[in-house]
Amino acid sequence: MRRNAGRITYAPMAPLRPVSAAEIESLAIGAWILGTGGGGSPYLALLNMRTLYRHGARVSLLDPLDLADDDLVAVVSNMGAPLVGQERLTDPRTIARAVEMMEEYIGRRFRAIMAVEIGGGNALQPFMAAALLDRPVVDADAMGRAFPEAQMTSFAIHDLQMYPLTLADVRDNAVIVARAASWKWMERLSRKACVEVGSVAATCKAPRTGKEVKACGILHTTSKAIRLGETVQAARRAHRDPIEAVLEVERGLLLFRGKIRDVARRTTEGFLRGSATVDGLDEFRGRTFDLAFQNEFAVGWLDGVPRVTTPDLICVMDTVSGEAIGTETLRYGQRVSVVALPAPPVLLTPKGLEHVGPRAFGYDLDFHTVFGAPGA
Amino acid sequence: MPRRRPPTSGGGRAAPAPATRIGVDVGGTNTDAVLLENRRVVRAVKTPTTPDVTTGVARALRMLMTSESAGLAAPVAEARGSVEGRPPTSRAGLAAPVTAVMIGTTHFTNAVVQRRDLTPVAAIRIGLPASASLEPFVDWPDDLGAIVRGEVFMLEGGHEYDGRPLVPLDTAGVRAAARRIRAAGYTSVGVAAVFSPLNPSCEEQAAEILRDECPGVAITLSHQLGRLGLLERENATLLNAALVHLAGKTTRAFADALRASGVVAPLYLTQNDGTVTLAEAAERFPVYSFASGPTNSMRGAAFLSGRRDALVVDVGGTTTDVGSLRHGFPREANSVVEVGGVRTLFRMPDLLSLGLGGGSLVRDEPLSVGPQSVGYRLLERARVFGGPDLTATDVAVAAGLLDLGDRSRVAGLPASLVTEALARMRAMLEDGVDRMKTDARDEPLIAVGGGCFLVPERLPGVSEVLHVPHQAVANAVGAAIAQVSGEVDQVFQGLGREEAIARARRLAEEQAARAGADPATLGVVEVEDLPIAYLPGNSLRVRVRVVGDIARA
Repeated sequence: MRRNAGRITYAPMAPLRPVSAAEIESLAIGAWILGTGGGGSPYLALLNMRTLYRHGARVSLLDPLDLADDDLVAVVSNMGAPLVGQERLTDPRTIARAVEMMEEYIGRRFRAIMAVEIGGGNALQPFMAAALLDRPVVDADAMGRAFPEAQMTSFAIHDLQMYPLTLADVRDNAVIVARAASWKWMERLSRKACVEVGSVAATCKAPRTGKEVKACGILHTTSKAIRLGETVQAARRAHRDPIEAVLEVERGLLLFRGKIRDVARRTTEGFLRGSATVDGLDEFRGRTFDLAFQNEFAVGWLDGVPRVTTPDLICVMDTVSGEAIGTETLRYGQRVSVVALPAPPVLLTPKGLEHVGPRAFGYDLDFHTVFGAPGA
Repeated sequence: MPRRRPPTSGGGRAAPAPATRIGVDVGGTNTDAVLLENRRVVRAVKTPTTPDVTTGVARALRMLMTSESAGLAAPVAEARGSVEGRPPTSRAGLAAPVTAVMIGTTHFTNAVVQRRDLTPVAAIRIGLPASASLEPFVDWPDDLGAIVRGEVFMLEGGHEYDGRPLVPLDTAGVRAAARRIRAAGYTSVGVAAVFSPLNPSCEEQAAEILRDECPGVAITLSHQLGRLGLLERENATLLNAALVHLAGKTTRAFADALRASGVVAPLYLTQNDGTVTLAEAAERFPVYSFASGPTNSMRGAAFLSGRRDALVVDVGGTTTDVGSLRHGFPREANSVVEVGGVRTLFRMPDLLSLGLGGGSLVRDEPLSVGPQSVGYRLLERARVFGGPDLTATDVAVAAGLLDLGDRSRVAGLPASLVTEALARMRAMLEDGVDRMKTDARDEPLIAVGGGCFLVPERLPGVSEVLHVPHQAVANAVGAAIAQVSGEVDQVFQGLGREEAIARARRLAEEQAARAGADPATLGVVEVEDLPIAYLPGNSLRVRVRVVGDIARA
């Protein structure tokens, strides 16, 4: 593999790695954990992938370092409230249509397709589009997790151009946002369109060159999610504690273990916002952990004191099965473990924190990573 | 998604004693019945389930109601210590007339698990152009789908999350589908529309057209069962539709059995949450009876042991259910529950079902135990009763765990087979108990059910194994002590959250009282509220469920 990112090269016959049906299953498990409560459950996207694979489709993974600088990459995601996605089920044709709309609009063919976020069902969206359009998926994303808004990406943190954007609805509605004055404007305009069509839409974000993906993407997160899923599966097979296995492999931190006492949710402006309270069990008995979420878990308080904030990954997992629990499936009585996983370094920079730190979610808190700030 | 709160007060607290009740549990193997007077078990009987169900229930009731058989004269297939009678009431008749008969059955679950007595179902999905790539039955196991999956009709319609129509309902398409359904001879239809829990009108219009075009066809609408989550709600709907004829047949059989035994009292079917519903209403929703057998066992185990927090293992003839009691009620499953391999989402207790029971078939080379079972034919099929099949019961008799039938008939079994089969069963139980535990500390375990002789006296993670009086009929006891519920699920506008919940609670209490509950005993067991954005006037969908004791006549 060529590791000399940045050098202009000829269009390569890059070594593509076929992704097996078993790896798709692992990806779904790992992506759900990296979703930090949001991104929507990958289950329905997984069902679509099973159907596509059963009908002979095979998708390959492309190492981002094998992209030529002038290759063009489609960045896709399904946008909207996870709850809506439980009724209006994700469909490969819609995400493929968003990609095709973009190709028509810019008049160029995409070399490959990548996820905007590796967390939740969106990790599988590029695979759904790739299966129909016969392109590889790039082993990378722009969040290293899931976030609710368009400006919360590594591309935005690097001030890359945020337009154009195509948005496809299942009905014959198509929207192209040709220009936007800022990432915030892009988020506002596309979110409005998304809410209008029912708070769920397939989108193809601003096309990225191979050079941009290599310099500004968060690389190798697809294979990381696959590995994470495989870790959980192996622990279950060996009757080991899957949470411990995840902490070990991903260098995570157990923040709390307990039982959900209360959940409050409201859907506003296409987001699922709310809070949950966990009563401690085992070594946490007598203590309380509060969680606030906006699609994803954003802040956690231990006994009223801030314990963890975004962009550290706050993952709530079923204590027994190790399965991730989404903010829309939190329920009274669940036994959960709250786990922190390290965030990609780009999110921890001052610029990164402007985009995805606690203040970006309306919490007047300074970010202190639970892992000890590398630069501090 | 809904918010949930813990109960404001328990529905299961001690309440004025009911007068005289009969609880019946129809399992795959045995039909159990108990007579309760003032919350005391005065008679209990156990008799094999018959293929027609009626004969077994009628026999159990007759045994219960006649003095000569009262006191457990005929505990067929009785396990060690499983049925112990208290002395019957001193006189031949009853202390008071029977005020209610509660029947619980695992019949419907067994039908799904064993893939039998199921009706092929036509599925109508309303929601195109949305959700097109994942059709009804998409995530069903192949073998079950092959039996139940009928024609699938994908039609335009449905709603958005905010109550707006997605696209207009394709009424002509529904009518064409209905005609096709009649022509093809389907007798049961499941209808699921996108966002129907928020706006059921598409499903209701479809039902109207179906009733018009296909008189007599059974219709299950997903919003009647459900919660948000199209595939899971639709799966529960299709399972319900596959079972609805069996349910009708079964309740008619129960009513016949009641008449034949001369009992004149209202008939209730027990539900997944441990409450009861009048039979004529319950038969339309067999899925709400799915887990009533194990639920009743757990409620019975709590009642008989006096423990409110414990693990419960209920070993029946075909399956073993492992559950967890919290405050006297089964812990509720808060997420997707798989039934026979199908993902569903509706009100269910958190249970683990194992294919192990007293009637489980034991095979050699390679060794296997269950999930096939001789079920209700134990008395004719098991070796100790002169039958041809080797069952878990035969192995227990050969090992000396149980004295039943003719022991000489299993004397020739290889010792290694007996040892290995017992070890296999023990491993299955250990694994099941371990998977249901949510606490690292040791917990007590209550062993109930006709096959509880299969539960070893010591298990890892278990502080003590408790056996209770009448353990073999714990499920019938749980049925007999069941309470009545009332539920309201509707959209309130222009009220605050607390006010809307209070209003819903009053309506649910009124409904429960009409269904025969004593208002003084009513308590809230469940509250969910779901804000609906963008509908005018601060709309909130609220679901409140209350339970209380049956009022004395």
